[in-house]
Amino acid sequence: MSDDVRPGQAAGSPPARVAVTDDAAALLVRLRDKHGDLMFHQSGGCCDGSSPMCYPDGDFITGDADVHLGDLAIDSFTVPVWMSRSQFEYWKHTHLTIDVVPGRGAGFSVEAPEGVRFLIRSRLFTDDEWELLRD
Amino acid sequence: MTVYAAPGTEGAIASFRPRYDHWIGGEYVPPANGQYFENPTPVTGRTFTEVARGDADDIDRALDAAHGAAPAWGRTSVTERAIILNKIADRMEEHLEELAVVETWENGKPVRETLNADMPLAIDHFRYFAGAIRAQEGSISEIDGDTIAYHFHEPLGVVGQIIPWNFPILMAVWKLAPALAAGNAVVLKPAEQTPTSILFLMELIADLLPPGVVNVVNGFGAEAGKPLASSSRIRKIAFTGETTTGRLIMQYASQNIIPVTLELGGKSPNLFFSDVAAARDDFYDKALEGFTMFALNQGEVCTCPSRALIQSDIYRDFLADAVARTEAIKQGNPLDTDTMIGAQASNDQLEKILSYFDIGRAEGAKVLTGGHRAELEGDLAGGYYVTPTIFEGKNEMRIFQEEIFGPVVAVTEFADFDDAIKIANDTLYGLGAGVWSRSGSDAYRAGRAIEAGRVWTNNYHAYPAAAAFGGYKGSGVGRENHRMMLDHYQQTKNLLVSYSPNKLGFF
Repeated sequence: MSDDVRPGQAAGSPPARVAVTDDAAALLVRLRDKHGDLMFHQSGGCCDGSSPMCYPDGDFITGDADVHLGDLAIDSFTVPVWMSRSQFEYWKHTHLTIDVVPGRGAGFSVEAPEGVRFLIRSRLFTDDEWELLRD
Repeated sequence: MTVYAAPGTEGAIASFRPRYDHWIGGEYVPPANGQYFENPTPVTGRTFTEVARGDADDIDRALDAAHGAAPAWGRTSVTERAIILNKIADRMEEHLEELAVVETWENGKPVRETLNADMPLAIDHFRYFAGAIRAQEGSISEIDGDTIAYHFHEPLGVVGQIIPWNFPILMAVWKLAPALAAGNAVVLKPAEQTPTSILFLMELIADLLPPGVVNVVNGFGAEAGKPLASSSRIRKIAFTGETTTGRLIMQYASQNIIPVTLELGGKSPNLFFSDVAAARDDFYDKALEGFTMFALNQGEVCTCPSRALIQSDIYRDFLADAVARTEAIKQGNPLDTDTMIGAQASNDQLEKILSYFDIGRAEGAKVLTGGHRAELEGDLAGGYYVTPTIFEGKNEMRIFQEEIFGPVVAVTEFADFDDAIKIANDTLYGLGAGVWSRSGSDAYRAGRAIEAGRVWTNNYHAYPAAAAFGGYKGSGVGRENHRMMLDHYQQTKNLLVSYSPNKLGFF
């Protein structure tokens, strides 16, 4: 896993909930050339679940049942990251980094034909970060 | 003990073609775009065949074939359709061992499971729906003395089915058998991790089904799954997989106003009440096996009993025995009939499981056994193996809330009945659950209180036809494995008939 590309947050502002590795960011650049603007929706459940799904932006309709976790800043564009609100209740104490690994299945996620799969790496927010997020 | 030779090697009872095209109109058809993708076996990580990489053009051709076949197939008598389903079952039974080896090579699961569970269940499923369709009757309602409502079952027409990779043939058969019994034609997309064994089956039964009644298009979800699920030329879509894709499929279905059935996984609680340990007898032994069922099929089961809840007063002793039982699991060559746990189905699946080991530890869960990748030797060194793992922690931890889809169980304790039910139901999902107790009334009350579609009581991981299977809450919509599945593949035609010679008198 490579370092986060996301720059650090200004002191006092809430920390970002999501980040992306260099490898995943490079892949997003290539995927955007092919598919246009992109989005992530974090999946739950079986088979290819518990994984971030990447779609052409707007292909997956988000609504009140979803939480917008943040936007990944990739070069000249951003990629919004979403999760269902019910799932967020169980995930909210963890910081998520979107990484990429060699792999195959991916539901309808657009990276699968490249022979790779986006993967979530998680860490707990620190107490300081958690204080800022709760404000 | 038997060790089957790897497909394609000397002494093997089954072999694969070097390349597989789509199965459309009863024959192999090359992909319109000429592209193929490699299919590795999880057993060794090495590619054993290549498979057509379908796209919207191939889905269209498969839909053409299905629409060509559907009217005549829908008009066949239920007797004829039942005979065909029974013949498919007989043919599979004659080739059970081959199919089992093929499925193990495709998916990585132990051959003792494919020999004794996957294939026998798939065979029985065709026989069950052959019987169910013969026994199905329409109904009449007598509105009044001269007015009768007749209800007929009619096939939907052409339906789409998207199959998961954890039981490639069995999950395909769960969907195919009722759809075919009900008189529908099918376009089926297997998972891209396991595209081949279903084609092996289609070839085996090719002479039994009219061309075009079942069509198989392989490819990636974004390229082949999406055009199938969003097509205006299907009358229903069935999907087994995860929640985001499930929602996406519902969104597509809403655009065409077609029904969906969804099976989207779970985080199934397995409850062990105090009286389980009242004696060290056969029942106690059975309960320990029930705990260890989390490792069945490498944990790649939507109903994996991945949360074990144990009553406080037996917690320490029962858990110690459960750890010992788990450590006795024999991992190795999936083609060895003594092997109890095989390979995870894909590299990304392996990576995901390892990432959950990280988050589990970070959240403070304690690893009681396992917690790492299993390094096997020789040919198996490139395969995707994980050591069966027991975490001890709290239900709010992410390893208790997310489906890891690996041989991983998260264990916690409960104080009393109400506490057990509260923890069991504190989940987004409601597919399966297990209840273990010597008290019939306690077990019954627990089973009724748990919000899940299937509560195994003093057993686990049995999947007989005639027991309805499906989810509450986020686990999906619809039921499989039961004759009520026929309703998911049929329209209701109502003829409302007046036998009265008299006008209403309105006009």
